[in-house]
Amino acid sequence: MEDTHMEESEQKLESEVAPALIAIHPNQKFISVSIGSELRVFNLQVSEKRVTSLAISSDGKFLCFADKFGVVYVVDIGDHSCENQAPLSKKAVPILSHYCSIITRLEFSPDGQYIVTADRDFKIRVTVFPKEPLNGAHEIQSFCLGHTDFVSCLAFVHCQDSANQLLVSGSGDSTVRLWDYASGSLLDTCDVGAKAGLLDSIQGQDEILPAVTDLCATPDGSLIAVAIQSLPGILLLKCNLSSRTLSLSKVISVDGEPFIPTSIGASSSVPLLWMVMGASSISQPNNNKDSTALLARVRVLSGFDFNGSDSISHETRVLEDKEVPYSDPLLLELQGKLCIGEEAFSTAAQAVKMSMRNLLIKKHYSAERREVRKKGRNDKKNQTPLS
Amino acid sequence: MLEQESIANHTHSKTTGLPRKRFYRARAHSNPLSDSHFPVPASPAQFDCALHYPQFFPPNKTNGSQKIEFADIGCGFGGLLISLSVLFPDKLMIGMELRDKVTEYVKERVLALRVSNPGQYENVSVVRTNSMKYIPNYFEKGQLTKMFFLFPDPHFKEKNHRRRVISPHLLDEYAYVLRVGGIIYTITDVEELGVWMNACLDGHPLFEAVSESELEADPVVELLSSATEEGQKVARNEGQTFRAVYRRIAASR
Ligand SMILES: C[S@@+](CC[C@H](N)C(=O)[O-])C[C@H]1O[C@@H](n2cnc3c(N)ncnc32)[C@H](O)[C@@H]1O
Repeated sequence: MEDTHMEESEQKLESEVAPALIAIHPNQKFISVSIGSELRVFNLQVSEKRVTSLAISSDGKFLCFADKFGVVYVVDIGDHSCENQAPLSKKAVPILSHYCSIITRLEFSPDGQYIVTADRDFKIRVTVFPKEPLNGAHEIQSFCLGHTDFVSCLAFVHCQDSANQLLVSGSGDSTVRLWDYASGSLLDTCDVGAKAGLLDSIQGQDEILPAVTDLCATPDGSLIAVAIQSLPGILLLKCNLSSRTLSLSKVISVDGEPFIPTSIGASSSVPLLWMVMGASSISQPNNNKDSTALLARVRVLSGFDFNGSDSISHETRVLEDKEVPYSDPLLLELQGKLCIGEEAFSTAAQAVKMSMRNLLIKKHYSAERREVRKKGRNDKKNQTPLS
Repeated sequence: MLEQESIANHTHSKTTGLPRKRFYRARAHSNPLSDSHFPVPASPAQFDCALHYPQFFPPNKTNGSQKIEFADIGCGFGGLLISLSVLFPDKLMIGMELRDKVTEYVKERVLALRVSNPGQYENVSVVRTNSMKYIPNYFEKGQLTKMFFLFPDPHFKEKNHRRRVISPHLLDEYAYVLRVGGIIYTITDVEELGVWMNACLDGHPLFEAVSESELEADPVVELLSSATEEGQKVARNEGQTFRAVYRRIAASR
């Protein structure tokens, strides 16, 4: 809709801090990383808006993205084979909205039938993605409800059996949940924060639970990578497709640097898990678009596949930079630079913590604070009396 | 116990036992966009129907299966629900209201009516919630057969149109909770809003206008302008009303 501006007072309270995001084209033709208002695209350019989430339809024809007001837009990106045709010129059309909530993640189902959106209000919405998406996506297939905090991420579990339409989601409630997304039924809940041993250290504190920041499933759907705020490394979950349950497989750590992935992704054809750690900087008040101040560190996990056997292959390890496909040119493009200082990692970890907290924080205003917020609103002054 | 009684006596009329409206006054407008501070069921399965309709869910009989079918969105003081309750004694219905005190008033009103009319008004209840955010938390897909939007806040300024309770995107959610054939009733005394609501419904692929002849045969239609407090106010002032009644239709794929 035309008017998507939040109250200014609300906007100010919300710090402009967000984790970096990554999206991979089905054939790994394009990789994009978004940090704050910056969207860095390896071989494809998209938008200048503050995007909270984005995805390309499985047929590669449409790009959908959500702004920070809960509205999802679609852009017809057509056929990319002609290089001079910039998809940027096409207009973005709003197709659906989560009323006044932040959309934290947006994905297309593997068969392209649905667009799935997750939000800050614990909701996952499954909407039929129409043949003519420019006319809007009006038919809601289901809602997956059960998380007790913001939903931060989604991943489809690809199944040969098409009657088994499975989706996993991660949340600020520190769980990963398995859903039958066509019906919206909750099948299993895995308390990954506890499984990674992250809860012991903060027990008794009023500290917020470590949020799940991202998920990615292997092409056969049997293995799910889970990134958790404050876990340096990655947690792997096994997904049993016949019993429709989740269980812990392994926790993989990263040597050499305190790398806590904020966003992960994989192509369907190559057994690599791409991981980025990064965030727009907290201390950048003077609108300084110095990209070197923004951290984006990209790492790659090899052997990200699973062949039904009980043990994960030995190939499952984090690659050195020189082993990464396209190595330096790719890292230079996506990271902005090759060498990343130690302090950048802690800044990023801090920023991610803050952005996760921001997703939660509005829920926990004190009564006092609410009064202040009310007074700060300008709509109250020019209310039209109705009685 | 004693204390409770004295409060009840104070806020309720001595002669009728009904709650007195002046003790439940609240700010005229609430901002539906601000975050909520009331409990919301995690999912429709978590909504405790037995609590709202004890007569329909006797404790000895397990899993009563009846579901809420009518929802009055922004029900205000609840006049419509009270009329519908008698007209459809076998259907469960609920009001959704954002304002805390107004919700309390409706609750007290229903409880008082149940006491003074044993066996009646057992099928009506109310929840305090922001319907613009939490409809899917209360109702399953295709659960409702009727939804009501009577005299909703107009939000005149274009900047505030997104606060309107009928909008193209919110209609997607209403279509989700309404079963095919279910009906959405809207009415307003603000012409501009009437035009807007009609245009939103008309432009939506999952709704079609209900014909004039069907409207005449539908006993609910006359309640739209007469049953609610806001409707009665408009009628007293001989104001014009603008109605849009649409049916949920199946998606053409
Ligand atoms: C003008 S009144 C009409 C009340 C009633 N329908 C009638 O006709 O008398 C509109 C009502 O909608 C309520 N309301 C506004 N936005 C709401 C929301 N998002 N969720 C629930 N109720 C809402 C207001 O608190 C108010 O009581």
